[in-house]
Amino acid sequence: MEDLINEFIAETREMLEALGGEIVAWEAAPSDRARLDEIFRFVHTVKGNCGFFDLPRLETLSHAAEGVLAEVRSGERPADHGLVSAVLAIIDRIGELVQALETGESISSADDAQLIEALTASPSASEREHQGSAGTVLEGRKAVRSIRLSIDLLDRMMSGVSDMVLARNELSRRLREAPTDLAVEAAFERVSTCIAEMRDAITRTRMQRIDNLFVTLPRMVRDLSSELGKQVSLEVDGGDVELDREMIEMIRDPLTHIVRNAIDHGVEPPGDRTAAGKASSGMLRVSARQSGNQILIDISDDGRGIDGDKLVKKAVSNNLLTEQQAERLGAAQKTALIFEAGLSTAREVTSISGRGVGMDVVRANIERIGGVVDVDSKLGQGVRFTLRVPLTLTIIPALTVSAGGQTFAIPRSAIEEIVRSKNDSVRVEALGGSHVASIRGKRIPLTWLADVLGVAPEASASEQSFIVLKPAGGDVYAVGVDFVHDHEELVIKPAAPVVMATGLYAGTTLADDGSPILLLDPSGIAARAGLLLDQNELEKLAARPHAPEAPQEGTQALLFRTIYGAKRVIPLAVVERIEDVLPDAIKLSAGRLRVAIGDEILPLAGCGDQVPSHRIRILRLSDGATEVAYGFADVADLVSVTGEMKPAASPGEVSGVTLIAGEQVEILDTYWLFADCASTRDGGGRKPVCALPTDDPWMNTILRPIIEGAGYHVVSHADAEAADILITNAEDEDVPPLPSGQVVRIRSSAEVRGKADDSIYRYDRTGLISALSRHAAKRTKG
Amino acid sequence: MTELLLIATIAGERVAIPAADVESVVEIEGVTPVPRSPVHVAGLAALRSRVLTVIDSCASLELGTSDTGRSREAIVIEVGGYPYALLVDTVEDVIEHSGKVRPIRTSIAPGWRRVATGMVETESGLMLLIDANSILSGPTAEAA
Repeated sequence: MEDLINEFIAETREMLEALGGEIVAWEAAPSDRARLDEIFRFVHTVKGNCGFFDLPRLETLSHAAEGVLAEVRSGERPADHGLVSAVLAIIDRIGELVQALETGESISSADDAQLIEALTASPSASEREHQGSAGTVLEGRKAVRSIRLSIDLLDRMMSGVSDMVLARNELSRRLREAPTDLAVEAAFERVSTCIAEMRDAITRTRMQRIDNLFVTLPRMVRDLSSELGKQVSLEVDGGDVELDREMIEMIRDPLTHIVRNAIDHGVEPPGDRTAAGKASSGMLRVSARQSGNQILIDISDDGRGIDGDKLVKKAVSNNLLTEQQAERLGAAQKTALIFEAGLSTAREVTSISGRGVGMDVVRANIERIGGVVDVDSKLGQGVRFTLRVPLTLTIIPALTVSAGGQTFAIPRSAIEEIVRSKNDSVRVEALGGSHVASIRGKRIPLTWLADVLGVAPEASASEQSFIVLKPAGGDVYAVGVDFVHDHEELVIKPAAPVVMATGLYAGTTLADDGSPILLLDPSGIAARAGLLLDQNELEKLAARPHAPEAPQEGTQALLFRTIYGAKRVIPLAVVERIEDVLPDAIKLSAGRLRVAIGDEILPLAGCGDQVPSHRIRILRLSDGATEVAYGFADVADLVSVTGEMKPAASPGEVSGVTLIAGEQVEILDTYWLFADCASTRDGGGRKPVCALPTDDPWMNTILRPIIEGAGYHVVSHADAEAADILITNAEDEDVPPLPSGQVVRIRSSAEVRGKADDSIYRYDRTGLISALSRHAAKRTKG
Repeated sequence: MTELLLIATIAGERVAIPAADVESVVEIEGVTPVPRSPVHVAGLAALRSRVLTVIDSCASLELGTSDTGRSREAIVIEVGGYPYALLVDTVEDVIEHSGKVRPIRTSIAPGWRRVATGMVETESGLMLLIDANSILSGPTAEAA
């Protein structure tokens, strides 16, 4: 309600501002009909809005002005100077009241009646009144708490921030190449953090509560149901979910359409409902919730449901399906026919939900913004539509792939699965000039991205990866790409019409290095490849009824098989990319397995202590600062983990176990992995070396593990030449020379001995660790 | 009436483009092709955070295709909210033109006929006045 009032205030103020000129012009020429109409419209709008908000004073004032203006319009009264002034006085008072509404102050209502009287009174009286009220307006102006911004400006800010992100990435690349200075790096980190925060804040400025969309529903439901002689109660939930303002506008029509349909076609008249044993009043539920990067909007009713068989009959009679095809359809597929063009189940076209322009348009609109719409129906029990839309139009999660040497992005919302063509469970069969991929026994039409785009593939067929796509409505297909690169959050910009006209792309984006990438449109690719509905019957030929897709909830995770054959999942968010590595890139060095990738050395987990004998695949995991590699055998699936997690008995690589499709799957403990590897990651892969008097039993048994735990390699004083830091007993005078001269002296008593004593008490753990890192930092710099 | 005209060379021919239509002149390097797009769409290029749709002016005029491998000069125009870069051979100068735009009285190649709005007399001779927007639509537009 607060939002609405603010909206009303802002709207009224805008109208007043726009009206400013009109009022003056009307005063000069009271017979000007166009100006009169403009002012009439204003008071009329204010009156209407006031009734809605229960603002009786504003309503009375605007009602009085409206009445008089109506008389002028109909020619019953001349627009003399007195009347004009009186109307202006009322408009001024409306402005004051609106202002007061915003600042929370109160304005005496004593002279409201006078103002209204002035509308009929003599010219001189109303003139005075007008002058008086103008004075108070000026005094009443106080600082406003909100301003209205155009979406354009926000877009410009957003694109400015995208620029900053790109510039930051470029700088980061340069820094990596140049010799690094710790101070510069720290400053750069700060800039990075600021930019990330900025981007976050600006993304949020475009966010709006979905309430803005839901607020019109109660009225609509009331009007519609009374018009149709039905009883419908509405339940709205999740109005505080926020999403991009533009996105809200994009789903307004589809949502309205589904709600109208639900009341018109779904909910039965009270008589039918009672006969069917239901409550006479139908129930319509609209709810929104956020799930990861998506917003889910459910619209469910308890009406008669969608009659799948009727749809099939109609589809057959419209030649959309053959009899044979129709026979093989599963229940969910029959229901999904509702999204086909020209299939409306209502026997008669009504004024409410209109003609067949229906669910196909809804689906097209939702897909255009990178969303998905699903339907679930039980005959006689009701229908549930689920709209799944990304949080914003501008940033979408995507997978980057390449074909013919060029990189493309695919919206992740459309991706079902990524499989390697080498995988045993994948078979490619040729069929009448086209191809079918058989993935775990399921047959899916297959096309090659390079063919669709008319470019020459770079990887041989056996090296390609298949991306299983589900553009919408259940038409799954696979597309072969040369390489799969990365999951990324991309800032999407619309593509020029001439590019969109190819029907293959949904937009453009910029890669980290600033080069443009095209975002592919999964349905466009299917259309270009000729993978239309009839061809998709292949999937149905596999004679497996297609189970309705479970809504994706929970954490997106990657299901994979470890080198030892165990099935594990890892949250997708930490997976940076997947790479193949050869055994000779892996070495047991400095206490653990490490893998060299390019010019980086990453700690390698998942392979025990044994250097694998053959090529393995690794997951590159990142927590934002540290990277860790995890060796594994193959990717099984992209899943969403919703089930309960049973924690592991003891902390370690596996944090627990959960059920995925009825199978026990271990959850990789990324927290533990990073903690385990982080200590060995400092100093760019090389551990600083710390020399200890290892013959001292306290040093060797008590101190050593702490130093090692802090990420140092410990040697004895005998090898002190190679050491970065030397630790000695403060009491010990016989200190071996250390070229770098970084010495930490440890004393056994808690008291400081004299002013020059820079030694550290042996149980002052924090002091000790910070002294070590201080010295190590000096050492690296020197 | 004085008008600023940008003098550029397209397919070896010097032409004039009203400077009011032109947002900027840039060097374009690294064009990302757009597979399956019309022949006159050379691809995409990034200009700061904007993505420009690069138009091969030669191809649009049906005078062969340009080499997009090397760095090229391009004229940036914005149409319908989308920025485009028109590849040209060179951008020579901006001149003030106060004379008349004359109708074209001679038979010119069909590609030029589509984009030329008239002829202008300049100090360096007679040249065609080009409507930059019509270069965008390419050869297909007339057929459609």
